[in-house]
Amino acid sequence: MLESIEGKRGLPRHRPPYIAEVGLFGRPTLNHNIETLAWIPTILANGAKWFADQGINADHNGMRSYSVSGRVREPGVKLAPAGIPLIDLINDHCGGMAEEHDFKAFLPGGASGGIFPASMADHAMDFGSFEPHGGFVGSHAVVILSNQDSVRDAVLNTMQFFKHESCGQCTPCRSGTDKMVRILQETAPDQPLMADLMQVMSDASICGLGQAAGNCVAHLIKYFPEELS
Amino acid sequence: MSGPVKFTLDGKQVEAAPGESIWTVAKRVGTSIPHLCFKDDPEYRADGNCRACMVEVEGERVLAASCVRMPSDGMVVNSGGDRVETSRRLVFDLLASDMPERSRSPDPDAHFWGQAELAGLGETHFPSVRPGALKEIPVDSIFHDASHPSISVNLDACISCTLCERACRDVQVNDVIGMAARGVDAVPVFDIDDPMGLSSCVGCGECVQACPTGALMEKTLLNEAATKREVYADKVVESVCPFCGVGCQTEISVRDDKIVKVDGRNGPGNRGKLCIKGRFGFDYALNKDRLTKPLIRRTDAPKRGDIRLSRENMMDVFREATWEEAMQAAADGFNGIIGSDGPGALCGFGSAKGSNEEAYLFQKLIRQGFGTNNVDHCTRLCHASSVAALLEGIGSGAVSAPFTDADHADCIIIIGARPEQNHPVAATYFKQAAKRGAKMIVIDPRGQRLNRHASHPVIFKPGTDVALLNSMINVIIAEGLTDTAYIKANVDGFEALRDKVKDFTPEAMQAVSGVEPDYVREIARLYATSDRSIIFWGMGISQHVHGTDNSRCLIALSLITGQVGRKGTGLHPLRGQNNVQGASDAGLIPMFFPNYASVEDADIRGKYQDAWGRTLDPAKGLTVVEIINAIHDDQITGMYIMGENPAMSDPDQTHARAALAKLDHLVVQDIFLTETAWHADVIFPASSQAEKTGTYTNSNRQVQIGNPAISPPGDARQDWELIVELAKRVGAEWDYDNISEVYTEMAAMMSSLDNISWDRIVAEGAVTYPAKSANVPGDEVIFTNGFPTATGKAKIVPADLLPPDELPDNEYPLVLTTGRLLEHWHTGSMTRTSAALNAQEPTPIVGMHPRDIGAMGFERGQQVTVETRRGAVTLTLRADRDVTPGMLFMPFCFGEAPANVLTNPSLDPFGKIPEFKFSAARIRAASGAEA
Repeated sequence: MLESIEGKRGLPRHRPPYIAEVGLFGRPTLNHNIETLAWIPTILANGAKWFADQGINADHNGMRSYSVSGRVREPGVKLAPAGIPLIDLINDHCGGMAEEHDFKAFLPGGASGGIFPASMADHAMDFGSFEPHGGFVGSHAVVILSNQDSVRDAVLNTMQFFKHESCGQCTPCRSGTDKMVRILQETAPDQPLMADLMQVMSDASICGLGQAAGNCVAHLIKYFPEELS
Repeated sequence: MSGPVKFTLDGKQVEAAPGESIWTVAKRVGTSIPHLCFKDDPEYRADGNCRACMVEVEGERVLAASCVRMPSDGMVVNSGGDRVETSRRLVFDLLASDMPERSRSPDPDAHFWGQAELAGLGETHFPSVRPGALKEIPVDSIFHDASHPSISVNLDACISCTLCERACRDVQVNDVIGMAARGVDAVPVFDIDDPMGLSSCVGCGECVQACPTGALMEKTLLNEAATKREVYADKVVESVCPFCGVGCQTEISVRDDKIVKVDGRNGPGNRGKLCIKGRFGFDYALNKDRLTKPLIRRTDAPKRGDIRLSRENMMDVFREATWEEAMQAAADGFNGIIGSDGPGALCGFGSAKGSNEEAYLFQKLIRQGFGTNNVDHCTRLCHASSVAALLEGIGSGAVSAPFTDADHADCIIIIGARPEQNHPVAATYFKQAAKRGAKMIVIDPRGQRLNRHASHPVIFKPGTDVALLNSMINVIIAEGLTDTAYIKANVDGFEALRDKVKDFTPEAMQAVSGVEPDYVREIARLYATSDRSIIFWGMGISQHVHGTDNSRCLIALSLITGQVGRKGTGLHPLRGQNNVQGASDAGLIPMFFPNYASVEDADIRGKYQDAWGRTLDPAKGLTVVEIINAIHDDQITGMYIMGENPAMSDPDQTHARAALAKLDHLVVQDIFLTETAWHADVIFPASSQAEKTGTYTNSNRQVQIGNPAISPPGDARQDWELIVELAKRVGAEWDYDNISEVYTEMAAMMSSLDNISWDRIVAEGAVTYPAKSANVPGDEVIFTNGFPTATGKAKIVPADLLPPDELPDNEYPLVLTTGRLLEHWHTGSMTRTSAALNAQEPTPIVGMHPRDIGAMGFERGQQVTVETRRGAVTLTLRADRDVTPGMLFMPFCFGEAPANVLTNPSLDPFGKIPEFKFSAARIRAASGAEA
C-alpha cells in the first residue's frame, strides 16, 4: 500500500527497516486495519477496561469481527468475543451448520491461516492458539467446510488464489505458488517435493503472503492425508 | 550511527563498515554466497528479490537476503547449514525448471549457471509450461524477440530478477524497460510491451551487460535464430572506447582476430557503462571496405572536387602500390614542395581520434619535418572557441571538474549540448543527479529527451546565447547574488562586466532570446544561490561566430558567483572526440606547442629547437578553414591528413572539396576510403583504434590506455609507424622502438603530465592530470586556489551582442542547424560503416517540426531539398518535435546528403571556428517528389 501511495508498483518492502521507522516517503508510519480504527470512538467512550472485558475470558481481550463464510446456516460478519471457540461461533452466531452439511474442516484466518479438521474447533479463536499448529486467525476470515467438500480442492483453490495474488517480486512466491498449483493438480502429488517447496516458500519469501501460502498444503498432508492418495 | 558494526558470521567475529551488507562482508572475508538479482557493483542497488543469497539470522523466524540485509551489533549470522542450503537450492531449482537447460540455453556461460553450481543445483524437479523449459528455445516462442538489430530477447531464460529494469532506469536512466504483469507472469517489457526494436530503447545494452541469464544478449554471440550462443571469445582485452570524449573503459572480447562483443569496464568516467556506439559500434573496424593496400593516384585520373568514389570504382582513380613506393611518393611530394614553395606551402590535419602519441608525433612531423606550424585538427570545428575563451579567462583550456561531479552538484546547467546523443554515458550522471533532486537547467534552441528530467527546460531563439546569458548575469548582479569575496580574491574585470550588462535586463533581452523575464530571473537565482552549481556545454555554444563570446559569458557566470574550484561546481565543455583533449594538449594546433606553449614565444621555441635540432617556424600557423582558403589562394599546395575527413566535416563543403582537389600533393592516412581520400595522391591504409596501443585523454583530463584487440587488415600499418617513416623520409632523424618512448618524450615536454609516467598509466588504467606526485591521484577539481594566469586571477571578458553571420530573410527564411545523431559519429566514417549502428539510422534525414511540415504542405517521409547560399542537398523529411518551428536540423554524418554542403564557413574571430549551428536556409519538395 505504501509503495502504491508513493506511485510505485505494489510490491512488498523488505523488513527491516519496519515502517514504524522508515515508512511512507521514508517517514515513520503507523498502518492500521480499519477494524482497529473503527473501535477507537467506542473505546474512548467506554474505556479500555470495558473493551478488554468483552473477551470470552480473562485470557482473551476485546471484541472481534469474524467474517464467516462457507457451510453455515447464516454466513456473514459476526461480532463476537475474542477467543470464542469456533464451534460456539458457528452454533451461537451463525445458526449452526447449513442443512445437510456436517462440519468437516475450517480455515480460521483467511487463505493464509491454514486449514484444520473439525476436531480442532474447540480452540480459542484468537492470536496464539493456532500458531503451535502452523496456522493463525489473522484476518478472522473464517471458512467452514463440510462433508460435501474436498479439502484437497479447497487447498488447490486456495493455492490458485495465492498464485493469482502473488505480486511476482520474489522467486519462492512467484514461482512457488505456480509450481504448487501444478503439483496439486497432478494425480499423485510428489509429497517430498511439496515439503521442500513449502520450506523455501515459508523461509525465503519476502512477505507474509508467500511465507504463509504453504500452510494449507502442510495441513492437507498432516490432517487429511487420505485426500492425497 | 557511526563506526563499524560487530557481528558473528559463521562463528567468526566480523566487522561491517557503515552501509556494508551481510553479503558484502561475507565476500570480503572470503565466503561466497550465491547471488543472482544482486550485481556486485555500486551502480546497482540491491533488490533482494531472487532469494538466492539467503542466510540465517539467529533468533529470526525466516531467512534473510544477505544482499539487502544490513548487519547489526551482536547479530549471529549463518551463511550455510541445511536450512539455508535447501532454501537456496530450491530457489535455483524453481528458476531452472522454467529455463532452457544449460547446454541449450542462450548462454551456458551466464552468471546464473556458475551460481547454480555454487548453490549445488543438480537436476530440476518442477513442472513448467514455458515453451523453452528444459529445451532449446523454439524460434516461435512467445518469449522470443529478435526485433532489435543488436540485442536478442529470450525471456524463456528470464528469471524476473529486475536487473535489466534497474540497468535501464537506475543506471542509464533511459526508463524504457519496466516490469509488467504480476505473479508468475511478471516479465520485463519495453515501453508498453513493444518489441524491443520498435520501442524507445536507445540500445545502450546496459541490460545485456546486467542480465545474469542471457535472456538479453548481444546478437553477435548467438546463432542465426538468435536463441542460443555459438560464439565464445578466445581472448579478452582491456581498452578504452574509440568514440566520444567520455572515455569509457571497455573490455573487448575477441574470437579469431575479430571483435565479438564489448562490455563496459569500471573506469572513472563510465563506471561500467557504455552507450550504443561503444557497445555495438565496434564492427566498423571489421568492415570489408577497410583499406588494406597502399594506393597511388593513377596518372590518368585528374582530381575533381565533385568526384564520388566507392570501393567498387576506386581502381578507376587509384592503383595499388607497395609500401616502399607509396611512402617514397608521399615523401617526394612533400620534399618537392618544400624545395619549390618553402615549408609554409605545406600543412597537416591530424586527428582527435588518434592517440596522444600519434598527435604528438604528427605535430612534431609538421613542425620539425616540414618546418611549418600549419597543423590543426577537428578541435577547430569543435571547442576551439571554448578553449580560446578559457585560456583567455582562466589560463587553461581544460575542464575545471569532471562530469561525474554532477554527483555533488545542486544545480546543473546544460547549454548547447545534447549529451544523451553525444555523451550518453556522461548524461547518465546528469539524469541521476536530477532524480536525486538536483536542479537541472537545460538551455537549447531545440528540445530534447533530457528535458524530461530538467527542473528548468529553456528553449530559446537560436544564436541568442549572449543575450540570454548576459541577462542572467544582469539579474545576478542587480539582485546582489554575486560572491563578492570570491570576486575580490580571484577575479579581474568585474566592474567592466557590471557596466556592460547593465542594459541587458531580462525585459530588454526577451525580444532577442524569446525567454520570459521571470524565468530568466528564476534560473539566474537558482544558479547563483545553489551551494554547488556546475555548467556543461557543447557545440551549441562553440559553433557560432560568437562562440568565444558565448563561452566568455559562461565563464563570467561561474566567476561572479564563485561556482568554480570546488567539488560539484565548475566549467565543463563536453569534449567531443575521444582524444580531442589529448590531441590539443599534445600540440596538434597551429598556435601552440604541446601543453599550449605559444609557438611565438622565443624561449619556448628555443627549447623545442634545442630538442628537435632545427630552427622552427616562428609564426603561428593557419587553422582548418584558413588552410582551405589558403589552398584556394595558392599559398598552400601540399597536405598530409591523418584520420580527418575535412571533405565531410568542413563548412561550405563544395568549396572545401574544391580546395582538396586543387592541392598539388595530398597524402591521406585512414582506415577507409573517406570522402577526403577521394582527393588524395597517396593513400596509406592505417590502423583502427582497436588495433593499436596508445593513450587517450578524455573530457575529464583522465589519461587512459588503449590496447590492441585485433590486427590491422591486409597490409594496413600502425599510424605512428607511418608518421615516423614519413618523418625519416623528409629528413627528420627519428628513432623510436615503441609507442611508450613517444609518450615519455612527449610527457617530458608537458608539465601537465608531470608525475604521470607510461608505467603509471599502464598500472592504474587511468590517471587524471595534473598529479602532484607519482603516488597520489591526480586533481579532479582544479582552480581550487586561484588560476594559472600571470596574476593568479581569472579575467572576465564581457561579451556584446553579435548576431549570427547569416540571418534568415525572405529568400532563405529558415534556420538550419547541424549536429549529430546518437548512432552516428561525426562524418560517419566510423559509424556508417558499422552495420549495427547503420541499421538504427540508415538514411539521411532533415528534421522539422510537424507543425511546420503541415503548414508548408509537406508530408513526413517525403524527399525534400534543403538549400542555402552554399548549395542544395536532397534527403528525407523527418517530423521531429524537438526541432523548434522555423528551424531545420541536419546531421552531418551522411555522405550521400552532406549537411556541410550547406553550412556557413564564417568564423569566430578568436577560436576560428565556423558557424555550423546557424545558416539561413529554405526547403522545397525534391524535384520528382510530390509536395
